[in-house]
Amino acid sequence: MGTEIRKTLIKSATLADGRNCDVLIEGGVIQAVAPSLTDTDALIFDASSMILMSGLVDLHTHLREPGKEDSETVLTGSRAGVKGGYVALSAMANTSPVADTAGVVEQVYRLGKSAGLLDVFPIGAVTQGIEGKVLAEIGAMADSVARVRVFSDDGNCVSDPLVMRRALEYVKKFGGVIAQHAQEPALTSGSQMNEGIVSATLGLKGWPAVAEEAIIARDVLLAEHVGSRLHICHLTTAGGVEIIRWAKARGIDVTAEVTPHHLLLTDESARSYDPIFKVNPPLRTEADVMALRHGLADGTIDIVATDHAPHPGESKECEWQEAAFGMLGLEHALSIVAATMVETGLMDWAGVQNRMSVAPARIGGYTDHGRDLAIGAPAHLTVINPKAPYRVDRDQLQSKSHNTPFHGMEFAARVVATFFHGEIVYQDGRGE
Amino acid sequence: MKHLLSIADISRGDAIRILDTATELARVSDTPMKKLPTLRGRTIVNLFAEDSTRTRISFEAAAKRLSADVINFSAKGSSVSKGESLKDTAQTLQAMGADAVIIRHGASGAPARLAACEWMSGAVINAGDGTHEHPSQALLDAFTIRKHLSQGREDLQGLRIAIVGDVLHSRVARSNVLLLTKLGAHVTLVAPPTLLPVGVESWPVTVSYDFDQVLESVDAVMMLRVQQERMNELFFPNAREYSRYFGLNTERLNSLHPGAIVMHPGPMNRGLEITADSADSARSVIIEQVTNGVSVRMAILYLLLAGDTSIEAGL
Repeated sequence: MGTEIRKTLIKSATLADGRNCDVLIEGGVIQAVAPSLTDTDALIFDASSMILMSGLVDLHTHLREPGKEDSETVLTGSRAGVKGGYVALSAMANTSPVADTAGVVEQVYRLGKSAGLLDVFPIGAVTQGIEGKVLAEIGAMADSVARVRVFSDDGNCVSDPLVMRRALEYVKKFGGVIAQHAQEPALTSGSQMNEGIVSATLGLKGWPAVAEEAIIARDVLLAEHVGSRLHICHLTTAGGVEIIRWAKARGIDVTAEVTPHHLLLTDESARSYDPIFKVNPPLRTEADVMALRHGLADGTIDIVATDHAPHPGESKECEWQEAAFGMLGLEHALSIVAATMVETGLMDWAGVQNRMSVAPARIGGYTDHGRDLAIGAPAHLTVINPKAPYRVDRDQLQSKSHNTPFHGMEFAARVVATFFHGEIVYQDGRGE
Repeated sequence: MKHLLSIADISRGDAIRILDTATELARVSDTPMKKLPTLRGRTIVNLFAEDSTRTRISFEAAAKRLSADVINFSAKGSSVSKGESLKDTAQTLQAMGADAVIIRHGASGAPARLAACEWMSGAVINAGDGTHEHPSQALLDAFTIRKHLSQGREDLQGLRIAIVGDVLHSRVARSNVLLLTKLGAHVTLVAPPTLLPVGVESWPVTVSYDFDQVLESVDAVMMLRVQQERMNELFFPNAREYSRYFGLNTERLNSLHPGAIVMHPGPMNRGLEITADSADSARSVIIEQVTNGVSVRMAILYLLLAGDTSIEAGL
């Protein structure tokens, strides 16, 4: 690179708000946004009939490194991320060892830097070993090079109400947030799928909606009581949406996420007994899916987060109850949000930009992300072709794992390019 | 279809064909030379990844009476208990040339996985999977009920049957609800609310919490086994209270109408869900269920493996 200043001119893009603009990028930063720009030195990127938005930010990603490198690494997860249009991922803490010390979060942070495709922001564990008993070194992680602001025991619920209260209070010191995996363990011991008509027929142990809703209700009240900030991971139930709506109306500082798979799939898929559909929290009913979509549209649910959860083949090529929970999400999240929210008329592209870039960056405190496409903003951008139908192929993934439940499904919208600091880190059809 | 995975998969016509075939085959079992040459040279594997004596020996007897070669592959001492995956086991059986696998497994859906996968090509017969289904048990129960109560009809139209006990964890109950209603019977489930699944309201049955109220109006009472491990899982206060409300005792036995029969899939917990004198009473057909099991399982193997394609297509 040396002294060379790289310039790219994105031509004829449709911004999320509907404006048609050219965008000039230089030195990794947006230099101009205007209806008609020219620059003879710049590399031209033709974005006619494409949507251009601020780069996608995922607040919930399992990158598996350190410890489960057979499923995913920070590098392969980064490749999957940029293919899905992401410029920032939030690496969940349930690695091996658990990210409960400054040492581990700094390791993950550096692995992200060395992969260099996007920003990897480590999430710290709330409790040591995500065991729910003793607080992890939250302050040390916050003060580390990784500057952790989001803490989660995801995979496990912080089920002890006193531990949850203390964690909520403690992170107020630096404006942190506790991201709760809401699952009352006593109500879900051995659970395999949503408890309801389908589980009754299949003879699979049920995971009742109330086990999620009871924790959400408790935690919004705790957050109110101590005046702290709470984020609810992977909301799945209609009742959960109602509780969040109530809490927000009451002024409680709570945010919530929904995954692409919970926007699209239902517990009916379990009838195949194919554990590719086994996930925690489980796929729910059609009524829940509709409530989640409407909650996302009206802003009750703030963001879409993938809960990208890679697993090796043997973890899914087995009986349902032996199989691991989790499914891939990064590479098809945008397509699924377009299919379930935009193509259904529930949300426009500005809404997508908000729920997948602006709001997750705000919740995570990722100040370089989710910015307006304006002069001086870092050029982290996602280019989407809303009408380029394709069929998902589990053998054509960037992730190291293949456990996508979307194999064979057709989607209309796709990510065609991702810019990170002005560089094209992914472009459809080449340079994957 | 070439498998028997669940009652949900089979039609009323298939079920009646199995029962009729079992009736024919039962005659063979009554002759001194109990064997038919039908499945000579065919290899059937009994893959039992969960403890079971009666179902395994019943299938084994059925296969042997049809002259098949039977290999018993039980969990204890086999690689299944050493953590070998279902996939590896299936590929091993395929490599050995198994024509059919009779599988008993603790995981609901394990037979369905075996049948849907590309790991093996033989027929799969579900001999009980987790808390999902136990289709051959339901077929032998329907066979027994038909023999006693149908008065020559081919189905169970109009008969009233109570299934009593731990419906939540019972694969026998799930298969029987589907089969008995498919054959025209009216089924009432009797259990404490804790032992009925959430979602039972979608089943084609009546639900009652009061055994005594149901007794007088039923033609057959099917008692379900209460597993020992349920005792400490808060489903009911203790065994004594369970027996008091949901056990079949002499008093309840005497409230049944004269022609009603008493059934149990076995093994019984005498003194818990059924008293010894009820189990051994003249109304009890529990031992006969075991006998009928062999005939019904012969019929299943015969129809799946003996090459009658019109019937195979139906199954």
